[in-house]
Amino acid sequence: MPNKTVTYAEAIREALREEMRRDPAVFLIGEDIGVYGGAFGVTQGLIEEFGEERVIDTPISEAAIAGAAIGASLVGMRPVAEIMFFDFMTLCADQVVNQAAKIRFMFGGKAKVPMVLRSPVGSGTGAAGHHSGSLESWFTHIPGLKVVAPATPYDAKGLLKSAIRDDNPVLFVEHKLLYRTKGEIPEEDYQIPIGKGEIKHQGKDVTLIAYSIMVPRSLEAAKILAQQGIEAEVLDLRSLRPLDEELILQSVRKTNRAMVIYEPSKFGAFGAEIAALIMEKAFDYLDAPVIRLGGEEMPPPYNPNLEKKLVPQVEDIVRSVREMVI
Amino acid sequence: MPTLEEKMQMFYTMYLIRRFEETAEELYMEGKIWGTFHLYIGEEAVAVGGCAALRPEDYITSTHRGHGHCIAKGADVKRMMAELMGKKTGYCLGLGGSMHIADVEKGNLGATGIVGSGIPIAVGAALGCKLMHTDRVVLCFFGDGAANTGAFHEAVNLAAVLKLPVVFLCENNLYAMSFPTRKSFAVQDIAERAAGYGIPGVAVDGMDVLAVQEVVTQAVARARNGGGPTLIEAKTYRFKGHSKSDKNVYRTKEEIKQWMERCPIKRLESHLQSVGVSASDLERLKQKAEEEIKEAVQFGLTSEELSLEEARRLVYAE
Ligand SMILES: Cc1ncc(C[n+]2csc(CCOP(=O)(O)OP(=O)(O)O)c2C)c(N)n1
Ligand SMILES: [Mg+2]
Repeated sequence: MPNKTVTYAEAIREALREEMRRDPAVFLIGEDIGVYGGAFGVTQGLIEEFGEERVIDTPISEAAIAGAAIGASLVGMRPVAEIMFFDFMTLCADQVVNQAAKIRFMFGGKAKVPMVLRSPVGSGTGAAGHHSGSLESWFTHIPGLKVVAPATPYDAKGLLKSAIRDDNPVLFVEHKLLYRTKGEIPEEDYQIPIGKGEIKHQGKDVTLIAYSIMVPRSLEAAKILAQQGIEAEVLDLRSLRPLDEELILQSVRKTNRAMVIYEPSKFGAFGAEIAALIMEKAFDYLDAPVIRLGGEEMPPPYNPNLEKKLVPQVEDIVRSVREMVI
Repeated sequence: MPTLEEKMQMFYTMYLIRRFEETAEELYMEGKIWGTFHLYIGEEAVAVGGCAALRPEDYITSTHRGHGHCIAKGADVKRMMAELMGKKTGYCLGLGGSMHIADVEKGNLGATGIVGSGIPIAVGAALGCKLMHTDRVVLCFFGDGAANTGAFHEAVNLAAVLKLPVVFLCENNLYAMSFPTRKSFAVQDIAERAAGYGIPGVAVDGMDVLAVQEVVTQAVARARNGGGPTLIEAKTYRFKGHSKSDKNVYRTKEEIKQWMERCPIKRLESHLQSVGVSASDLERLKQKAEEEIKEAVQFGLTSEELSLEEARRLVYAE
């Protein structure tokens, strides 16, 4: 089967379209996802194909969107809800954290919540304090939720299909700066299993552990480092919860050095979980402390130069790796 | 009834808002402003009529479409323009930008990017004013879209039961992004919702600054005298897209054109002419606004940016 080139946004749209065609229980709900096509154009054209009944525009009511998705999934549907910006996940936090995540367990396994919540994270668009957040770490802390954060069109499509077919609530973390990036996907149906990472670039000197936007940045950094004689391995987590522990440990046992790279503020974020895992299970293999390269401890600033300094850029990764290895 | 002088002031402010935003849009095209902003063009009568009903020491809360509120509450357009350009001399030192512009000294408790989130804050400010035994009032601006958030319902009810000095001024411009009010409300007027909270509700022509000023004045008096909140719905329209990125796929050109014919600035202009203000007097006001804007642009362009070190120090109070 030939491959084709699509953007990250198109890959997500294809997964939605194909799953909606395959399974009448799948429907979309969110703000401005109909004729407007979503704030980032991801759902463009879907209302034309599936109609208002399956592409449901709602008032600005995030708690109701998340709650409606949960309720519909309890009675047999497979909703995919869009929360326009990940910052607004705070408004559906009760539904996601107290309800979606816990219902199955609290009800003794008698109910399931097969819903997907898609939402874009990330700074870099000049949208300042309320539209640039990366709050995915919060949700990785909640047993009962799955959290995935693909970096490529291929992974986005495959993971979204798995998320829709999964019987658990899945948070599908997109990144605004990835929407227009391109990559190849096959014509035929495929899935990427939730909970499996991937080595995106082989190396022997250090493992760069990343997800979402930090994967292309780490790959870029690895290229530059290679010219300087440092062979960095780039590990794309793809899923944050469940986590592909084995892949991380294997890589670190080989390279003996690990750097975890992520966009959220460094303190208390998901990268610390990876660092702790490596300390617990691969301590004897380490030649250096695990380094976290995370975001600044501040809300996203509007000024573009400050905004750039908020999160790790390629040159920051290169510099930090050099400091670690040399 | 406002005096002629007050009406002239309202005209000046509305015109200043219009020119501020048209200029900001041009600067955005030139790449001198970036990110996202939401133009208020067409809705100026609501901010200006609303703020004209306040005393300087009263408060407002604003929205993501907040340039008009900010200017109407007395902000300096120089510092606003600098903020949009991300400069240190801006109201938020370039950290907030258009969507978070605030002018606390003048009583503007800030714009917000989280739709609806300003409403509970307005209620809290009114609570503070009451607890401190001031007779200040809070005017809370929000959109039709915001009226469907949970925050709206919780906050309006709380204000009603605590009888707080707050006036809820809903700017119903018929759309929340692409979503029309005819699909997002099952009631005809948003003002009808007031009955559910046991407070007065009034709908007003939001393209008529004098009408807005009049109903807000009554609601403010009621709030100041301990009568509690009022919900006002100003029916208005935004002439431009939702934000800088909008192809207007959700509304027709005819609809936009019809509303543009009801331009609130032209309307006040004809009213002023009908009561004897000369064209040259109005022209003089316009010229003055042009100069203010020109200065603002120059100020913004020549201002410095905040350093990372300075920004880091602003995360916590010392
Ligand atoms: C909680 C929340 N949900 C969604 C958005 C995205 N969004 C920004 S403005 C807007 C429409 C707001 O409509 P309205 O309150 O009527 O104000 P208007 O833009 O029409 O002035 C939406 C959906 C947001 N900023 N915050
Ligand atoms: Mg609106």
